[in-house]
Amino acid sequence: MQLIHCPWCGPREEVEFHYGGQAEIAYPERPAELSDQEWAEYVFYRDNPKGAFAERWSHSAGCRRWFTAVRDTHTYRFSSTAKPRRTGVRV
Amino acid sequence: MSTETNPPGADLPEHPDFLWHNPDPKKTYDVVIVGGGGHGLATAHYLVKNHGITNVAVLEKGWLAGGNMARNTTLIRSNYLWDESAAIYEHSLKLWEGLEDDLGYPILFSQRGVLNLAHTEQDIRDSVRRVEANKLNGIDAEWLGPEEVKRICPIINISEDIRYPVQGATYQPRAGIAKHDYVAWGFARRADEAGVDLIQDCEVTGFTVDGDRVTGVRTSRGDIGCGTVALCAAGHTSVLLDHLGVRAPLQSHPLQALVSELLEPVHPTIVMSNAVHVYVSQAHKGELVMGAGVDSYNGYGQRGAFHIIERQMAAAVELFPVFARAHLLRSWAGIVDVTPDASPIIGHTPYENVFVNAGWGTGGFKATPGIGWCFAHTIANGEPHPYVAPFSLDRFTTGALVDEHGAAAVAH
Ligand SMILES: Cc1cc2nc3c(=O)[nH]c(=O)nc-3n(C[C@H](O)[C@H](O)[C@H](O)COP(=O)(O)OP(=O)(O)OC[C@H]3O[C@@H](n4cnc5c(N)ncnc54)[C@H](O)[C@@H]3O)c2cc1C
Ligand SMILES: [Zn+2]
Repeated sequence: MQLIHCPWCGPREEVEFHYGGQAEIAYPERPAELSDQEWAEYVFYRDNPKGAFAERWSHSAGCRRWFTAVRDTHTYRFSSTAKPRRTGVRV
Repeated sequence: MSTETNPPGADLPEHPDFLWHNPDPKKTYDVVIVGGGGHGLATAHYLVKNHGITNVAVLEKGWLAGGNMARNTTLIRSNYLWDESAAIYEHSLKLWEGLEDDLGYPILFSQRGVLNLAHTEQDIRDSVRRVEANKLNGIDAEWLGPEEVKRICPIINISEDIRYPVQGATYQPRAGIAKHDYVAWGFARRADEAGVDLIQDCEVTGFTVDGDRVTGVRTSRGDIGCGTVALCAAGHTSVLLDHLGVRAPLQSHPLQALVSELLEPVHPTIVMSNAVHVYVSQAHKGELVMGAGVDSYNGYGQRGAFHIIERQMAAAVELFPVFARAHLLRSWAGIVDVTPDASPIIGHTPYENVFVNAGWGTGGFKATPGIGWCFAHTIANGEPHPYVAPFSLDRFTTGALVDEHGAAAVAH
């Protein structure tokens, strides 16, 4: 078990969090124009690097807010956690 | 049911004095298989046996079968929901039933049956539906009530007072376990005898490409030319595909398992529960072998989070009160590659002579002979075997998913 740093609440135990997969997946700007392949990539394809990975976590048993973390998928070490970037879409 | 009368482990076979050679790579091969786990070794075996292709190398970055092949909990069954899955897993189960003779090597395949527990009204409906689907596919399956479950596995707690009471189970009598190391060694020995080069300590670090063909692989032991490349790298498939600029919907996760100290025979079958995330069998020597769910986050570290084990043990002790006194001996993790529909990805890639076999997630051990057979056919003919054709990468674009979360996800 490791401590994860919630940008709002500070370090809390891993069991308080929920994993949300790759960060910064933007909803397509012109959905009607997407090909089947582009839809497949939006819905099903995510990066799967061995190393640094920007991903979403939710502090579900605490403040219940989502944030972005950069974590190494090989060492499991978090190098940063930050409030999500504003994208115009509600985050 | 177990018929063991000897002390557990007494009838384990002796190790042979010779298993396989340890050759240096040649300059070029007709087929280069990346990954020396069960799938890579079985593919090599059937390339020789069914297609007469012997100029083959299996490249393994670590030691032979030291990945998921050495880490899995060895459960074998074919009671999947959809026709596509039933076909490949049942093909595999039939091969398991004759594998010892084929390999000329003991694999300790023990058909002791599997119970997949149901804990809720909806579990019951889903289970009965799966039993009927299995029967239509010629797979042995039954629905059992709690008392019948208890008859098959006397140590199970069917009290109504536990958190998730047992409401019944599906039962597949032909399911079982095998000794995973022996399975790998059996395939390796046969392939080696037939002239296949099994090359350990040889990591594939890139590819040489000419248009839409791959002409060779770059490895930690030099460049090796190839006619065809077959990827059997389980959890590391994305890393390899990244070198080729190919994307696939795969996510790698740690999956843990653990064993207890040796016990006398107490547990005659296999019990799995998706709802409370634990499954248990008793190994030939007597350890209780237990597995849980995957860690939620991506990971390549071959270790998992402690709270997963904690949850799994709580569930196990509630279902099997006699386990409360067993000591845990060791735990470990493998890296499994999961897909959005909990089914594997097999077949063509954008490169004409590169074939992929991946995405078996938490459940690919049982497929070892079946996929070896079908993947060898795919490589030899340049076209997917009919059993694996539905599992092509393009199903995520066409939408023809094979959604096996109900029968595959978490439980093995
Ligand atoms: C804890 C656990 C329990 C499981 N329980 C079950 C079960 O009960 N029943 C079941 O059916 N399945 C189970 N599985 C799943 C099963 O183990 C896998 O689906 C299956 O083993 C995958 O195929 P494989 O044997 O070829 O993989 P692996 O044995 O992992 O083989 C892949 C090989 O590729 C090598 N490799 C990777 N990258 C490279 C490279 N660049 N160059 C060279 N070599 C490379 C790796 O070192 C590895 O040896 C379990 C898995 C785990 C981790
Ligand atoms: Zn918080």
